Amino acid sequence: MKAIGLITVFSLGMALFYATIDFPPWADPQSPASLHVSPHYIQETMKETDVSNVVTSVLADYRGFDTMFETSVIFTAGIAVILILRKYSKKEDEKFLPEVSEEAEPDIIIQTVTRIIVPFIQLFALYVIAHGHHSPGGGFQGGVILGASFILLAISFNLKAMLRRISERKDILLGGIGLLIYSGIGALCVLLGANFLNYKVLHLIIPEASQVEARSYGILGVEIGVAIAVMAIMIAIYANLSSDGKYDKGL
Amino acid sequence: MELILAKYNYWIYVFLMMIGFYAMIVKNNLVKKIIGMSIFQTAIILFYVSIGAKKGATIPIIEHHAHSGAIDPAHYINPLPHVLMLTAIVVSVSTLGVALALILKIYHQYGTVEEDEILEQIQ
Repeated sequence: MKAIGLITVFSLGMALFYATIDFPPWADPQSPASLHVSPHYIQETMKETDVSNVVTSVLADYRGFDTMFETSVIFTAGIAVILILRKYSKKEDEKFLPEVSEEAEPDIIIQTVTRIIVPFIQLFALYVIAHGHHSPGGGFQGGVILGASFILLAISFNLKAMLRRISERKDILLGGIGLLIYSGIGALCVLLGANFLNYKVLHLIIPEASQVEARSYGILGVEIGVAIAVMAIMIAIYANLSSDGKYDKGL
Repeated sequence: MELILAKYNYWIYVFLMMIGFYAMIVKNNLVKKIIGMSIFQTAIILFYVSIGAKKGATIPIIEHHAHSGAIDPAHYINPLPHVLMLTAIVVSVSTLGVALALILKIYHQYGTVEEDEILEQIQ
């Protein structure tokens, strides 16, 4: 079995090594991948969307459909984890249960540092979301940082301490709301008479915004939706995996 | 020498991919298979990001004073692979969560995460 696997992996690797001969040299500005649509993105993004971070404008505007369905993939994954693991009844019907180690003494240094640092982590996450137009950042990154701040709380205290801040019901609701903000902005564009996720018609309802600025605002709204959904799903996955779906003390 | 300098990063990714693929098909432990899948995904992500690199270019954030004149695409690295991998990273984290949840469920049922022991119990 091991030999067959090794031969398969080795032959695949050799085929790929052979294929790299035809690749463009590393960091070649004339490589085919950099000549198709990306010059348009780089040159026109300021004129068309008023967003200087090209990654953000491509993510939320030019490839808006892709990002919307990626967000729904994350949402579906979170729902799947909840459906697989969550146990609502008290009775144990599983044959094998993981061994639970003795609960460790709460550590005063870790808990104090966590209590001080969590607000700053969340503030930084909000900065990453809101400043994604002009610096590296955006909805996915900010959402993951927000989720990590809650997970840090759950690790250093216990899961109950986290659930007092954001209950299970609120968490799942937030995940749905995040996706709803994204698709809702897309549907709003349809109601205002343009294609789905074509933000430029939003200038009809945003006061004193030109069509280009309306696209910038549309991107911001979408990023907020992504951030809320990603945060909620990260928390839900962690809470279910760490407590085996029982939502008790956790790890 | 020229060939090595131009291609060595692709070779590293192919090697990483081989490690991940080997773990996925040969390892008996389901958690190790998942780790192999993560290594595989990392190789793909690194490969995509290195496709977008351009020599002497900066990150794809347009300087504010530059938008009056023409913008040269050679000065900014290709943003498209970054966008694709940005979503791929988050999606890979959530699919990792689903995989671990399934493994936990399998452990509840069979009391082991070794593949051959599970197959023995099924037969």
